[in-house]
Amino acid sequence: MEVLLGIQGKDFVLVASDALAITSIVAMKRNHNKTRKLNDNVLLMFSGEGGDSVQFCEFIQRNVQLNGIRRGYPLSTKAAANFTRVELAESLRSRHPYQVNLLIAGCDPDTGVPELYWMDYLASLKKLPFAVQGYGQYFCNSTMDRYYRPDMNLEEAKALMKKCINELKVRFIINFSDFVFQVVDKDGIKEIKLE
Amino acid sequence: MINLDFLNPAENNNVLEQEEANEYMENLSVPTFEIPLVHNPVEFLKHQTHAAEQCRLSIVHGTTTLAFKFKHGVIVCVDSRATSGTYIASQTVKKVIEINPYLLGTMAGGAADCSYWERELGRRCRLYELRNKERISVAAASKLLCNMVYAYKGMGLSMGTMVCGWDKKGPGLYYVDNDGTRLEGDLFSVGSGSTFAYGILDSGFKYDMTPEEAYDLGRRAIYHATFRDSASGGIVSCYHVKQDGWTLISRTNVKELHYKYQDEPKAPLV
Repeated sequence: MEVLLGIQGKDFVLVASDALAITSIVAMKRNHNKTRKLNDNVLLMFSGEGGDSVQFCEFIQRNVQLNGIRRGYPLSTKAAANFTRVELAESLRSRHPYQVNLLIAGCDPDTGVPELYWMDYLASLKKLPFAVQGYGQYFCNSTMDRYYRPDMNLEEAKALMKKCINELKVRFIINFSDFVFQVVDKDGIKEIKLE
Repeated sequence: MINLDFLNPAENNNVLEQEEANEYMENLSVPTFEIPLVHNPVEFLKHQTHAAEQCRLSIVHGTTTLAFKFKHGVIVCVDSRATSGTYIASQTVKKVIEINPYLLGTMAGGAADCSYWERELGRRCRLYELRNKERISVAAASKLLCNMVYAYKGMGLSMGTMVCGWDKKGPGLYYVDNDGTRLEGDLFSVGSGSTFAYGILDSGFKYDMTPEEAYDLGRRAIYHATFRDSASGGIVSCYHVKQDGWTLISRTNVKELHYKYQDEPKAPLV
């Protein structure tokens, strides 16, 4: 019942993740961060099975960082996404595959080109201009299809994100109450407020 | 020379360092606990524990535990009942595990799993302390526990615990369960009676309560959970974690609380 959203704009990616941590019928926490910074310009967002998602993402995070230390320059978004895909695909063929769905948002620090990748627990990876993970797909994909333009500025992306979040609040049975919004651009990753 | 070993992982000629590393790995590696030598350990366990199997092993369940952070530290309150199906196996279970003078763990789910893994956690926390000449943080301790149980994910462990303590960052509270979920938070309740306890806690919680108000809130929440949840009951234990470690505040029979609260007027709503 988790929702992740991502919108790639002109020179940034705006992402949102719900902040709800659930065990059975209880909301344990309403300010839960479901993202990990892979490096200064790549953000990994996860949803899925309890321990799996955090264990897998922190494993990816550690290895992407090690790679950056070894080489002396950070992994690109594309490379990080493909590395993650290979790791998940290998795990999928093991006895206990990681049950985790991901969005990977990044921005090249030199060229400022934004990228957004969508990946599910079966390790299928797709580069998309906008992406939703979880039940949010049923509510937000149409809205994004209707309003999305590739040359959007941050204000427009925020407005579209607001439309999507609002739709979830109106139609989805779960009350998320809070989302974490982050912008990934060439200056790095920062948390923002939507208002 | 700066040590940049990690740049070249294949070459490590330092034998002493290697030996030390091996010893370290032995003591702190992912646990190597024996699992049943069968094709599917979970199915095996079901066969051993399922009610229809004439209960060859009965797992003790059913609990209400809670912990919350407030101005004066962390409060931990638990009940003391253990049930095995509809049978009350014990009314005097100690569900707060005293890991060390600064760390408490609570017990919900399988009693054996909780006490085993939290004892193992205590051992690792002590080793950490001896190696690093400083106490382990609550975050690190809870992560150790989380990583240990995660290694056995899907094999039938049953554990819902809160790791509470005080470290350099101040009061710490983490929820860890057998899925490998680990959450940092201000207020948690775990167990079959947790929803009832949340009902009392959420409506009565104020960050700047006095310690006495906080003890009363914790005890009340457990009492109300024992009132509605048949798998919770017995004695309410209340602990307070402060900067200089935890102290046991009270152990009260829920019967006493029941008559005490019954005579009191209901709290005003407005």
